Amino acid sequence: MTDVLHIDWTAYRGHGSCTELLEGMLREDDWGFPVAPSGNDAPIPRGEEAAAREAAALCPRLALSIRARV
Amino acid sequence: MSLLVPVAPDNPDVPDVPAVMAPSGRARLLAAPSATLADHLTTFGRRPHPDRATLLHTLEDSGLTGRGGAGFPAWRKLTAAGPAPVVIGNASEGEPLSSKDAALLRHAPHLVIDGLRIVADALAAAELHLVVPVRLRPAVAAALAERDDDALTLHDAALTLHDAGDGFVSGEASAVAALVEGRRAVPRDHPVRLAVAGVRGRPTIVHNAETLAQLALVARFGAGWFRSAGTLDDPGTRLVTVTGAVPESRVLEVPGGARLDEVLCAAGADPDALRAVLVGGYHGVWTPQLNRTLSPADLPPGAGVLLALGHGRCGVAASAEIARYLANQSTRQCGPCANGLPRMASVLERIARGDRDTGLALEIDRLAGLVAGRGACHHPDGTARLVLTALETFASDVASHIEDGRCLEEAAR
Repeated sequence: MTDVLHIDWTAYRGHGSCTELLEGMLREDDWGFPVAPSGNDAPIPRGEEAAAREAAALCPRLALSIRARV
Repeated sequence: MSLLVPVAPDNPDVPDVPAVMAPSGRARLLAAPSATLADHLTTFGRRPHPDRATLLHTLEDSGLTGRGGAGFPAWRKLTAAGPAPVVIGNASEGEPLSSKDAALLRHAPHLVIDGLRIVADALAAAELHLVVPVRLRPAVAAALAERDDDALTLHDAALTLHDAGDGFVSGEASAVAALVEGRRAVPRDHPVRLAVAGVRGRPTIVHNAETLAQLALVARFGAGWFRSAGTLDDPGTRLVTVTGAVPESRVLEVPGGARLDEVLCAAGADPDALRAVLVGGYHGVWTPQLNRTLSPADLPPGAGVLLALGHGRCGVAASAEIARYLANQSTRQCGPCANGLPRMASVLERIARGDRDTGLALEIDRLAGLVAGRGACHHPDGTARLVLTALETFASDVASHIEDGRCLEEAAR
């Protein structure tokens, strides 16, 4: 089962470290917020697991979490 | 069709109430002559005490859907709940056009409380809460004081009354859960469903006030009775608020699958005088076709709001006002909503003002796609739906604004 990177928008403040780390997964919108393929969740492609974990750990607002896809 | 249903209390200590007839006319929720407990009992009888399995089966057979907006089958939410849940009755009604939950609390508070108690008993709830607008608190408190639920309640959970928040999104389920926790009533991120982890991490069920009142009738009179009104796909009745270009705003109880023109006539409006109707409230869709039906398969009723727009009114201007209101109602917690909604409203306002930039409609499409699905609640999605339905339904207005720099609809008035 693929995991997803979940974005808690109420915590997200746009530091941008996640979009830098996960260039292949997330792009930035007009205001610098990450755009994930399915709104609040970005499926983590094979090979990107470590980068996703690092992005979640580096987020100063704890806005990112890795969850099993439901 | 009438159905004689004996509704005898299963608790021998409670005085008997004579058997009552199930409501046979169009008025069901609003069938009692007054809000008093005496009239409630004479009209509907005492509340039954179905066990969990019986309640779930009856609700599933009835086809009752949630009346708060999303239209989710009522039984499914109960099935999903974990053990000893927190049960919340939600009459927040943050939608400013809607007054059906307020009307229900004024006319039939005991049906709402019955529904809450029936769910709480069947699911062995740990806590019961009822969230009501501040102005209705005295009426609801008076209704609670009239009741003898202590003698009738199998579980000793007390019912706690809460003052609703006052924002558009304060009635959203996760916002209501936050309110019950004593926090500000704003939506929050809940990747795990509230039924699994809601109030203080406990399984939580949030049902709209009308859903609970309908449930209280289904539990009494059965699924077959419920289905004797409405259609196969949209059984039962629902409360609707009809407002806008009508003689006066009114709350009506209408059968499922009702035609818009029938509902409008019943509210005293002349359908021929109307250009379009916004169905479902500020997160709803516009339609000019008044022979369409208010039903999940045709025009989803949402929380049951019909906003009528008269001929000679610019649909883009009316929608731009709504879009600006919705943008201002963002709680500004989520970046895409806080930034995207004001931008969408601004672009729609430019079209409404006669800005002849031909790229504006495309820009709205792009922004709507950008905000949808990105947030702790569905406020961005609902607002995107509103601006898109405005562009589609009032395409002739959009074209005249862009080509002529003015509104032909208003010019023809």
